[in-house]
Amino acid sequence: MLIKRSPDIRPSEITPKHLYLNRRAFLAGLPLAGAAFAAGNARAAEKLSGITKSPLSTTEKITPMNDVTHYNNYYEFGTGKEQPAQLAQKLKTSPWTVKVEGAVDKPQVFDMDAIMKMAPLEERIYRHRCVERWSIVVPWIGFPLSALIKKVEPTDKAKYVAFQTLLDRGIMLSESSAGIPLPYVEGLRMDEAMHPLAILCVGMYDEALPKQDGAPVRLIVPWKYGFKSVKSIVKIKFVEKQPPTTWNMTNAHEYGFYSNVNPEVDHPRWSQGSERRLGEFFMRKTVKFNGYGDQVAQLYAGMDLRKNY
Amino acid sequence: MRLKRILSSRWAKVTVFALCLVPALLLVWKGFTGGLGANPIEYITHATGDWILRFLCITLSVTPLRKILGLPELIRFRRMLGLFAFFYACLHFLIWFVLDKFFDWGEIAKDVVKRPFITAGFTAFVLLIPLAVTSTKGWIRRMGGKRWQMLHRLIYVSAIAGVVHYYWLVKSDIRLPVMYGVIIFVLLAYRLIASLMKGRGLMPRTAGVQAGERV
Repeated sequence: MLIKRSPDIRPSEITPKHLYLNRRAFLAGLPLAGAAFAAGNARAAEKLSGITKSPLSTTEKITPMNDVTHYNNYYEFGTGKEQPAQLAQKLKTSPWTVKVEGAVDKPQVFDMDAIMKMAPLEERIYRHRCVERWSIVVPWIGFPLSALIKKVEPTDKAKYVAFQTLLDRGIMLSESSAGIPLPYVEGLRMDEAMHPLAILCVGMYDEALPKQDGAPVRLIVPWKYGFKSVKSIVKIKFVEKQPPTTWNMTNAHEYGFYSNVNPEVDHPRWSQGSERRLGEFFMRKTVKFNGYGDQVAQLYAGMDLRKNY
Repeated sequence: MRLKRILSSRWAKVTVFALCLVPALLLVWKGFTGGLGANPIEYITHATGDWILRFLCITLSVTPLRKILGLPELIRFRRMLGLFAFFYACLHFLIWFVLDKFFDWGEIAKDVVKRPFITAGFTAFVLLIPLAVTSTKGWIRRMGGKRWQMLHRLIYVSAIAGVVHYYWLVKSDIRLPVMYGVIIFVLLAYRLIASLMKGRGLMPRTAGVQAGERV
């Protein structure tokens, strides 16, 4: 007879010392605890498996992961580029649910398990162009947003999709410190959301998404400026009218609803004609629709892109 | 007084000079050790930009501090501090000129005219040039104290243009540009009040004021 002895290992024997010490410091509310915790926990990401390559990937040189995880715009966790890498570690990504509602026949709440199994995970190596004139090339992991949309069966009234980022005032900056209204909201037109390039992203570089990059699930729309690719999504709502978007609310004159990458339409304060690819010394020319024009230009046929910036 | 003796010594000037170079050397060191982050060029652009405003604030604080602390010796450092503001401004300008625009004169002209934030930054830089050129004793003599002083009031215009440049650059978090704005406003207000009081005879003119000294 096999008698299993119940394990009586103390947690302190499993958890590396530097981690639990940091955890205590964190609980004690020391100002630097978050940073220390982040440093200790930075490489704890889980590997994702069963990922297929996508023909939609670019063959351009991939930006080093360390740059993509330490150069973030995630204002809820600091307006400096390197702050989210530390401050976003407070984000609790499990359990996590995404509520899908509005003009749909089957409104649902998906947990992360359901999202991970919604469609086969693909690696999509995309160019990612920030409105601030820098760009990166990232091997995102996810699946077409259309897979989720089909599951909830939108009605005729669904003309736009509105996305909402988590708002947790306990761990995030206040609106006045972040300088933007919260929660962060974004939106796409229905045909944009259904486009095969638009993905729900759950990972990058073969791993689950790091917190500062929008864990556990975010949007990626590679032909638009980066701020359209909303992070840490908790709600998706199908609506009839164009939904409000955070940067447009902050400064309508500078940030439009569409925000397609377009070197011909300048930001009022700077030219969008060029960009700095992280890791490169000189600027490179920005390409319309971030180089995805062949696939997406027809979405905007007949539209004045100067007016609809 | 011991402090006065230290401030008047030759070594004081050398020390201040070395200290003023530290930010630039730190950038070089970080550059070689990978400490400039994911976007090194943005990092050095912002760092040099910050140091211009800091040095302008420090330069503008010399006169008030000198009077409030009763340390006229501080004046010895003012020209050097102002020139360091100009030094960091040159670095800042060159980074933009070479690494952002790569000598593309057409683009540069378009940017300067069309982009208010660049117009402001460019103005701030250009205004510092005559001040740096005329910073020597020879120029003070040639121009005469009054005229020299008038010209060097441009430092306020430059500093304000610099703050506006910074303010227009940021997307939403305006705390730092506002902080610099407040400091410069306070330093300017101090001088306005001081000169008003002097006009009414409330503040005796300090004896031994050097030619070309700002109020």
